[in-house]
Amino acid sequence: MKEKRNLLKNGTVQTLLTSLICIVLGMVIGFIVLLFINPSGAGEAILSVAKNFLTYKSGPMQLKYLGNTLVKTAPLLMCSLSVLFSYKVGLFNIGAAGQYVVGACACLYAALAWHLSWLPCMLLAIAAGAVFGALSGILKAYFNVNEVISGIMLNWIGLYTTNMVLSNVKETASPYTYQLSAAGEQALLPTLGLGALFNKNQYVGLAIPLSIIVAVIVWVVLTKTRFGYELKATGYNKNAAKYSGMAEKRNIILTLIIGGALAGMGASFLYQSGYEQWQCTYSSVPSMGFNGIAAAFLGGLNPIGTIFSSFFIQHITAGGAYVDKSMYCSQISDLISSIIVYLCGFVGFLKFAMNSYIEKKEAKKGGNE
Amino acid sequence: MEQPYAIEMLNITKKFPGIVANDNITLQLKKGEIHALLGENGAGKSTLMSVLFGLYQPEEGIIKKDGKTVKINNPNDANDLGIGMVHQHFKLVECFTVLDNIILGVEPNQFGFLKKAEARKKVMELSEKYGLHIDPDALIEDITVGMQQRTEILKMLYRDNEILIFDEPTAVLTPQEIAELMQIMKNLAAEGKSILFISHKLSEIMNVADRCSVLRKGKYIGTVSIADTTVEELSAMMVGRNVNFHVEKEDKVPGDVVLDIEDLTVASNLHKNDAVKNVSFKVHAGEIVCIAGIDGNGQTELIHALTGLIPSVGGKISLCGQDITHASIRKRNNLGMAHIPEDRHKFGLILDYSLEENLILKRYFEPEFTNKAGFLNRINIRSYAEKLIEAYDVRSGQGAITTARSMSGGNQQKAIIAREIDLNPELLIAVQPTRGLDVGAIEYIHKQLVAQRDAGKAVLLVSLELDEVVDVPDRILVMHQGEIVGEFDPKKTTEEELGLYMAGAKKDKVTA
Repeated sequence: MKEKRNLLKNGTVQTLLTSLICIVLGMVIGFIVLLFINPSGAGEAILSVAKNFLTYKSGPMQLKYLGNTLVKTAPLLMCSLSVLFSYKVGLFNIGAAGQYVVGACACLYAALAWHLSWLPCMLLAIAAGAVFGALSGILKAYFNVNEVISGIMLNWIGLYTTNMVLSNVKETASPYTYQLSAAGEQALLPTLGLGALFNKNQYVGLAIPLSIIVAVIVWVVLTKTRFGYELKATGYNKNAAKYSGMAEKRNIILTLIIGGALAGMGASFLYQSGYEQWQCTYSSVPSMGFNGIAAAFLGGLNPIGTIFSSFFIQHITAGGAYVDKSMYCSQISDLISSIIVYLCGFVGFLKFAMNSYIEKKEAKKGGNE
Repeated sequence: MEQPYAIEMLNITKKFPGIVANDNITLQLKKGEIHALLGENGAGKSTLMSVLFGLYQPEEGIIKKDGKTVKINNPNDANDLGIGMVHQHFKLVECFTVLDNIILGVEPNQFGFLKKAEARKKVMELSEKYGLHIDPDALIEDITVGMQQRTEILKMLYRDNEILIFDEPTAVLTPQEIAELMQIMKNLAAEGKSILFISHKLSEIMNVADRCSVLRKGKYIGTVSIADTTVEELSAMMVGRNVNFHVEKEDKVPGDVVLDIEDLTVASNLHKNDAVKNVSFKVHAGEIVCIAGIDGNGQTELIHALTGLIPSVGGKISLCGQDITHASIRKRNNLGMAHIPEDRHKFGLILDYSLEENLILKRYFEPEFTNKAGFLNRINIRSYAEKLIEAYDVRSGQGAITTARSMSGGNQQKAIIAREIDLNPELLIAVQPTRGLDVGAIEYIHKQLVAQRDAGKAVLLVSLELDEVVDVPDRILVMHQGEIVGEFDPKKTTEEELGLYMAGAKKDKVTA
């Protein structure tokens, strides 16, 4: 009994356990919603969400669609790292979505209008995200404007600016920007021959290993360096950080710059893979940045954990597309995956509930001894 | 039994995981007596009171009221039995009047309409009877702490409580107010109320109590009659050994000026007036200067401006001859300023960091702990932390990797003191360094402060405890409403004289 209790108190075990509970809970609630809409197809629908690329019978097809999921996992991972990094300093970077959008704007415009090659495009995306992060950071540090408020505002500013700018490089007949493979081939990320592993999926490339490398770098910075020590100190207790002479204002700005850069880089990972085009009529910010929040929490706010949580969330989101549209309306896929993603955000709450339950039980047990 | 017991707690045992908080404790409170409950922090006083109030159920033991066994399941049961308590931190609504606070929760009403006139009559009668002198229409936020405490007492009396518990009631009072409170307690006892007086201040217990029960580390040590005991005996019972209350220090001629403050003015974030008004003083090498005063008279703002946590509005601060009025906190630290903060949880520690990470909080950037590439050197951090833990006897569950949050208050404070003193500062600022600590830890901390002084460092102490104010420093500055109103030599002053200045009844022109 004692060992079990200690195990439950262990942080890593707790994170894993609560993440799993959240996932299961999300599935169950999603299933119940499906039951209400149309009971006969509910089981099958929730299965196809969970199966995603495994829906396909043939191995090569499975590989190909696994590749697609991975292509979209890379930017999601970057967004969740952006959220996580800021969160360690006590900042809630809801602006990751907007930083991602301006990143997309910068790399696509550079690729399609200036015909720059992939690296400068990516660097511009990073810079654009960083500038947006810096704006939030400066407002927070010097004018005490809540980063959530400025982040949400900047999300909209970023979205419409991007729509405006990218309208210059869009196809005449559609709201989409030119296809990168046709009009800006030089800006496509190197594939490193990785596509061959996924049944010649041409979108798979540098972004996937690079995003994992970045996750590891973030982990190293947070746990091994003086900078990480300062940042976490500021996040845990900003009064004590100030008292010990850390430059908390500088740290706040720097953190959001780095957060913005990560989100901007994520945008370049997706749009420079050629997998998606920007739609200049978007009236809402792509969900990537917001899903990053869920992925960060589901991953237990651990950079390595977010690698897996990002994959899972992307897996569910992609799986939503396979729900039988003859039984459910087309929005159902988004609805189900959002429910699951939403519940994934409850990891922190669940952990808290679990701890207070354990404490209560121990207090009671102490009383009986 | 010639004198019946109002309340009896017999053989109470209460256990928590890994600790026996109360081990077979017996406490018998006679009708009409003042019974002191003495013990260090962690001796089990609070647990015992929580048992009495029904917040905890004891594993063993019974509680008797007027000789009959009673079961107290929750605080409401305790209320019904006539048990009331004045908490150390008052539970008053700031923007309500005294009268409103007294009747809060038991408002006399008819069809939902308040009948305040009736309540007022009863309150005034009680106030008169026990000499409490309150103004029922004053707002709590406008009255003194002593008056607020009397409001709390009236709250108990209004509810017809027979058993009154005072939890460390004198901590927030001036010496004059303490004397008044003692008189009030005696009046109450004379009228037949039974009083339980929780304290660790021996002089007050000797002054007011009839009997005293002593707890130590969860165990019941004994009950003595105050008439037959001495301060020495009580302290030995409380601590388990003889304690030297007097801080030993040799006379020393102060050296050069280390800290020089001229006309310092600091704005308040609570009200429009300045919290610190044109304060000037110096602290020399090899002396301990104590800023005394009642809480909230600008001491916090003075220290925060001095250490750079908040900006000052006017004046000049110099440390070792350098103007640091607008210097960054890091610069002040590097010039030799160390700061043991008033609030160790808010400023002194990062509770979610481990002990070793807290111990390097002010020097993590030094080459010993961070290499040129910016990576922390965990091996050096560990050995440095272990060195400090050993030297300052910081105790914790898992040594250097213990989370600061899980350590006891005394050891948290020791960790801060170890960190600050090891900076080898020219000026050590210690703000209420012994707050909430037990006698043993207080003795240790006072020794460390004196050791710094003897090593030729300047020490600036801010204290609210009169014992500390009189005992530790070489010079006392009394602060009242943001000004320094008196300078004293601790050898030539008395607690009464200090009290008059602290309360603002007397004021000198000081340019220390």
